[in-house]
Amino acid sequence: MVSDAEIWKLLEDVKDPEVPVLSILDLGIVRAVTTEGEQIKITITPTYSGCPAMDVISMDIRLKLIEKGYRNVAIQQQLSPAWTTDWMTTEGKAKLKAFGIAPPNPKQQVCADDLFSEEAIECPRCHSYHTELISQFASTACKAMYRCLDCKEAFDYFKCH
Amino acid sequence: MTDTNYKPAGKAPFPPGRAGGWAFILHLADNALIIGQRNAEWCGHGPALEQDIAITNISLDQIGQARMLYNYAATLYNGFDSNEKTAVDHLVPRLWKAYNRELEEDDLAFLRDERQYLNLLLAELPKGDWAQTVLRQFFFSAFQFYQYTELQKSSDTQLSAIAEKSIKEVTYHLRWSAEWVIRLGDGTEESRRRITDALGELWMFTGEAFKPAPYEVIAVEDLKGAWIEKVATVFAEADLELPKSGWSQAGGKEGKHTEHLGYLLADMQYLQRTYPDSTW
Ligand SMILES: [Zn+2]
Repeated sequence: MVSDAEIWKLLEDVKDPEVPVLSILDLGIVRAVTTEGEQIKITITPTYSGCPAMDVISMDIRLKLIEKGYRNVAIQQQLSPAWTTDWMTTEGKAKLKAFGIAPPNPKQQVCADDLFSEEAIECPRCHSYHTELISQFASTACKAMYRCLDCKEAFDYFKCH
Repeated sequence: MTDTNYKPAGKAPFPPGRAGGWAFILHLADNALIIGQRNAEWCGHGPALEQDIAITNISLDQIGQARMLYNYAATLYNGFDSNEKTAVDHLVPRLWKAYNRELEEDDLAFLRDERQYLNLLLAELPKGDWAQTVLRQFFFSAFQFYQYTELQKSSDTQLSAIAEKSIKEVTYHLRWSAEWVIRLGDGTEESRRRITDALGELWMFTGEAFKPAPYEVIAVEDLKGAWIEKVATVFAEADLELPKSGWSQAGGKEGKHTEHLGYLLADMQYLQRTYPDSTW
């Protein structure tokens, strides 16, 4: 017999392959874990439709569980409700910032979609809000590129979604 | 760019995607795949590194949307009874039939013939210059925004989930492309000439989206008002004149395509046709 809590604990060790400081729990993409006897069912939701990390994440979950002797694992993807950066944990946001990526702003606050509007983003290095958008899209679909006008460093912003 | 003034049209909820709606799912998937493939042509060729990355990220979102839709279409097909299978047989890839296994998303993307593709002509037109790419994206994303807004109300829960997921990305695409249309229209003499030329090329392909195909389960003709309003708002900022509606080119939704689609498919499908059913 395996308990749900055991599985949740193991999932903490599965990292986002694109932002390896975040676990998939920090990211908020694990929607459910159910266990029935030896059978383990894990429901995950994609961050972005075309996110190439999703297949890798499924495989990493499988490998992590096999490593601990759990072989009877079914992973299913659920699309609705759609993932939002609001599901990222506070701990996850702190880890992102320490890693040099500005964490997503809360959605209800500033998830702006007006033309040319810019969110106020704090520089993860010098904490200045004196920053400007370089590009809506950065190294991955989930990030935007900003520049700090005080310390002059460019940085990634994990944009709100 | 959530349009708060937008009042959605009636006709929802519509019937789930059994055989009747199957072509509609392919139509949605083909739209996303073909424009995604076109935008991917910019990979390594964008006008600036940031914009190269932006357009290919948009491409990735679109191909991701296409995957969800093809995957759903394949799952539905595998569950069809023989009557339903017969009803959609003209859309099923012939090569796949020799494989003797269930239908998969890749078969739908890589093995259908040109006439089996149901995408809008707008999606398949060559990428042209940057002005043509961003203007096409703007026209397309604005349409997709209202189309997916309707789809979210579908009683087909998988389709509404895909729409709910995708519209968040489409909102970013719409904002990005609208900003570019304004930047070029209200920019230099050259950028203005280019966006004006692009408008001349593309405008007659925009009407097709709003002419209902028999399989279409949302009232696309009712989306036109909101779409025009969005285009007019952005054009006003861009100092571009909204062309008078005129004759429009259509046929893509029924599988009648421009000469451009065949070349795109030849490029995209080459590997799967040369090495049938290979995996790596
Ligand atoms: Zn700084």
